Amino acid sequence: MAKKELWKGNEAMAEAAIRAGCDAYFGYPITPQSEIPEYMSLHMPQEGRVFLQAESEVATINYLYGAGGSGKRVMTSSSSLGVSLMQEGLSWLSGAEVPCVLLNCMRGGPGLGTIQPGQADYYQMTRGGASGDHHFVCLAPGNMQEAVDMIQESFDIADQYRNPCLIVVDGLIGQMMEPIEWHEVKKRDLPPKTWAADGRKGRAEHNVIKTIFVEPEDDNEFNEHLARKFEEMKKNEVRYEKTQCDDAEIVIVAYGTPARVSLSVVRKLRAQGVKVGLFRPQTIWPYPEEALHEVAAQDSVKRILCVEMSEGQMIDDVRLSVEGQKPIDFYGKAGGVVPTVEEIAEQVEKAVKEAVR
Amino acid sequence: MTVVYQKSKGLTDVELHYCPGCHHGIAHKLIAETLEEMNAIDTAVGVCPVGCSVFADKYFSCDMFNAAHGRAPAVATAIKRTHPDQPVFTYQGDGDLASIGAAEIVHAAARGEKITTIFINNAIYGMTGGQMAPTTLIGQKTTTSPLGRTVEQAGMPMRMAEMLSTLDGVAYAERVCLTDIPNLNKAKKAIKKAFQLQMEGAGFTFVEILSTCPTNWGFSPLDANKWLKENMVPYYPLGVVKDVTKEVAK
Ligand SMILES: Cc1ncc(C[n+]2csc(CCOP(=O)(O)OP(=O)(O)O)c2C)c(N)n1
Ligand code: SF4
Ligand SMILES: [Mg+2]
Repeated sequence: MAKKELWKGNEAMAEAAIRAGCDAYFGYPITPQSEIPEYMSLHMPQEGRVFLQAESEVATINYLYGAGGSGKRVMTSSSSLGVSLMQEGLSWLSGAEVPCVLLNCMRGGPGLGTIQPGQADYYQMTRGGASGDHHFVCLAPGNMQEAVDMIQESFDIADQYRNPCLIVVDGLIGQMMEPIEWHEVKKRDLPPKTWAADGRKGRAEHNVIKTIFVEPEDDNEFNEHLARKFEEMKKNEVRYEKTQCDDAEIVIVAYGTPARVSLSVVRKLRAQGVKVGLFRPQTIWPYPEEALHEVAAQDSVKRILCVEMSEGQMIDDVRLSVEGQKPIDFYGKAGGVVPTVEEIAEQVEKAVKEAVR
Repeated sequence: MTVVYQKSKGLTDVELHYCPGCHHGIAHKLIAETLEEMNAIDTAVGVCPVGCSVFADKYFSCDMFNAAHGRAPAVATAIKRTHPDQPVFTYQGDGDLASIGAAEIVHAAARGEKITTIFINNAIYGMTGGQMAPTTLIGQKTTTSPLGRTVEQAGMPMRMAEMLSTLDGVAYAERVCLTDIPNLNKAKKAIKKAFQLQMEGAGFTFVEILSTCPTNWGFSPLDANKWLKENMVPYYPLGVVKDVTKEVAK
């Protein structure tokens, strides 16, 4: 078994990308993720790879277009408002089918908000602010070990679908220190990048990376192709974890740090005989819709409690999954405040009372 | 039979969509010839913009990118950094380069990215129907300066070759035009020199081409040529703006 090492979240996630074979990293400093570009600035050149501090997030995402489109494994990281500036570029990467990895270490918003951890980018990540029909696999690790494992896999996911893959963490995961193990993540079978525009080198035709269509029918056909790809992602990439849901009366739905706090709530209340469970999406797109639907369908389940570090964004997906089978409560803290065990426990107890009414 | 002239292998057989008298096509030809002469069609990667040259990726026979409006220098930077031995160029209009993409071009130049930028200055937004560009001349009428551009409203037109040349990363900058054969020959030489200096690792190289847009200027092709010479050239002087190889020699 690999030995445990103590790492800071952001540095571990940067190292995970290097281990995944990231060829080039581009990024613009922003708290709470600046340790990632800092780590990359030292270690990427040591590995003979490319590091470049970008002049802006607008430029950053276009660096990804250039490096990814010419066949390289490429990554950036940013936080919330920085990611907002990348939206146009993300749409282009999607439209040109250029793989890349983008890590959003979310902070409180809107605007400058706070540098403390937040989850108010759920819409931005899963719905996006960019034009066009597009989706990205959004991996949402709940702890550091999962984060480093997922980052290593994210490059394969991006390459497999020729699509950006997003890592969605809240600032707490980036800032905390935790022991992790480095294990070999299973590699996917990936086709060679014959589409890359990296110089013809004897190829009969020139390759082009572009997003434009002249004929509406052609663009429609391309969108249908993308839609089929998104269906494949939905089929293959959904991930979630259930903790003591089988006999639960109250099921908490949470991801990232709130899920971690909720796990302590489950342990604490179970010890007191309260039948509470935790449903934790590990991908927020594709959302584990069916699995949550089934949990909500269980006879034991009386109410669902959605907990977020926002004023309620994921709750839309919870509603869409539960489809009115059971009542849904919400508890959220925004602007960088992390909900406590006591607060969430109180919400569960309230739900229990509601349930017996 | 001797072949006295043939289309460059740097171009595909796709028919160009440019308006009659538009200089975009001539600029394409000069770049394509340069790539062919430098034996670079098989290694070069070009980045075309959003603007009338949005379809340039169909016309050049080397590998191509079409970049988001203004972002070609960033795209080209990343290609060059990850493929340092290959020629990389951007082809950009004046709205693309001097307006929406001002930050990307300035920083690529400042870093001395070893790329070549071909800058098509036609003093107007061609593709979107003739709106004012940062390069539109004072008094010039466009669809968003219907009474003519004024300094009070929009400031003075930007001289990009001069502005970028203040940056140490710029190895070579020249302004040319394509109105007649002697100028065409000078333009070809400038483009070739820019690519050569790029491959020698000298730094960022920049060729500004004063170009016509007969359609949006509202002139015949010949009158457009005349207008360019009489109005653009006095404000945008032709010639080498910066050449570090000459400076070293001095
Ligand atoms: C983000 C964004 N904003 C605006 C546009 C619309 N647009 C397309 S081309 C263009 C101007 C192009 O002018 P220029 O760069 O001078 O090129 P020309 O057509 O004159 O060669 C604009 C504003 C766009 N495509 N993308
Ligand atoms: S609109 Fe102007 S720049 Fe565009 S193709 Fe026509 S003449 Fe050329
Ligand atoms: Mg123009």
